[in-house]
Amino acid sequence: MAADSVSGYIQHHLTNASMCMADGHIAFNHHCENAGFWTWHIDSLLFSVGLGALFLGIFYYVGQRATEGVPGKFQCFVEMLIEFADNAVRDAFHRSDRFIAPLGLTIFVWVFLMNLMDLVPVDWLPQLFHLMGAEYFKIVPTTDLNITFGMSLGVFILIVFYSIKVKGAKGFAKELTLNPFNHWAFIPFNFLLESVTLLAKPFSLALRLFGNLYAGELIFILIAALVPMWFQWTLSVPWAIFHILVIVLQAFIFMMLTIVYLALAHEDH
Amino acid sequence: MNINATMFGQLISFAIFVWFCYRFVWPPLIDAIEARQKKIADGLADAQRAVKDLKLAKEKATDHLKDAKAEANKIVDQANKRKAQIIDEAKEQANREREKIIAQGKTEVEAERNRVQEELRAQLAELAVSGAEKILERSVDKDVSQSIVDKLVAELK
Repeated sequence: MAADSVSGYIQHHLTNASMCMADGHIAFNHHCENAGFWTWHIDSLLFSVGLGALFLGIFYYVGQRATEGVPGKFQCFVEMLIEFADNAVRDAFHRSDRFIAPLGLTIFVWVFLMNLMDLVPVDWLPQLFHLMGAEYFKIVPTTDLNITFGMSLGVFILIVFYSIKVKGAKGFAKELTLNPFNHWAFIPFNFLLESVTLLAKPFSLALRLFGNLYAGELIFILIAALVPMWFQWTLSVPWAIFHILVIVLQAFIFMMLTIVYLALAHEDH
Repeated sequence: MNINATMFGQLISFAIFVWFCYRFVWPPLIDAIEARQKKIADGLADAQRAVKDLKLAKEKATDHLKDAKAEANKIVDQANKRKAQIIDEAKEQANREREKIIAQGKTEVEAERNRVQEELRAQLAELAVSGAEKILERSVDKDVSQSIVDKLVAELK
């Protein structure tokens, strides 16, 4: 492949299908280059919402047919995940909120499913959508910074919500201003430190997940772009096997850190 | 790669999904799990109790068996004693009966003998008189001889 077409291929695979309003009409891709903030990555959203709905649909179906007697194999599997999330929350929390564990479960399974799209060979679905007329299509939502930031923003809102709920607005303000140096003169300095600490949480969540998955996807794309077709499997298969570990681990880390951040929000200093 | 409205789309779907999971997915499953956990815990406790009960029952049964054996031995002993007693009593009674029968027999024999003796004596007297009558035929004074015979008879007693 020529260098030009290689970079073009990579660039093509890293571009989201976008949608926006331009001149009062719905416009796509290139027409959205100047749309600024109000651009929607429809591929990311489609797969993210689709996978989330798939996950919840299946779990809802199992939940409606759940028996407290001897469970079937699939119910066992679902219950394992439920208990996994429940135990993670129980280990981190002294007084558990019934809301945290379902949150953790949703994050874990959803992020895992979104990451799992990374294991679909890089050209399959984009090619399929290309035949259907879509110019760009990225099927791994977690390689889109908007998706990871969307989720970490939700977590951030929950951190603030629980901080205020548990400690009160005054307690939360105190925590931001009178820590780590408990003296009025240090209030601006403390506030700076604590704000950075607080804001670092959603950033680290979003960037960690995005970084890992983006890098993983990039390697797949590089293999597909640079290595001859008949030889690709020698590189992509080992990388995919290694990636199985990465996608589970990243989903787990996202869930665990969310739980830990919320547990910290519950704690009084 | 830029931040745009997609982030809010994802935030909203995140919120909806988490709420849905919290509201509809989580409760039935965690309830089923907890109910089953309780069932299993109860079952294990029951099993443990059953084992304990079984041990107690076995001990009780052994005790009962021991008691029954002792009781049986006692009864056998009593029966043996009673048997000996009954035998002794029977022997004694039989002895008494025998003696009574013997005594009765003796009395009867005595009475019979006396009667026979009396009879014989009467017959002998008659016989003697008739004999004497035959010997003496006509010469003898009946009165004298009668008195002699009576004397004789008296001596026989």
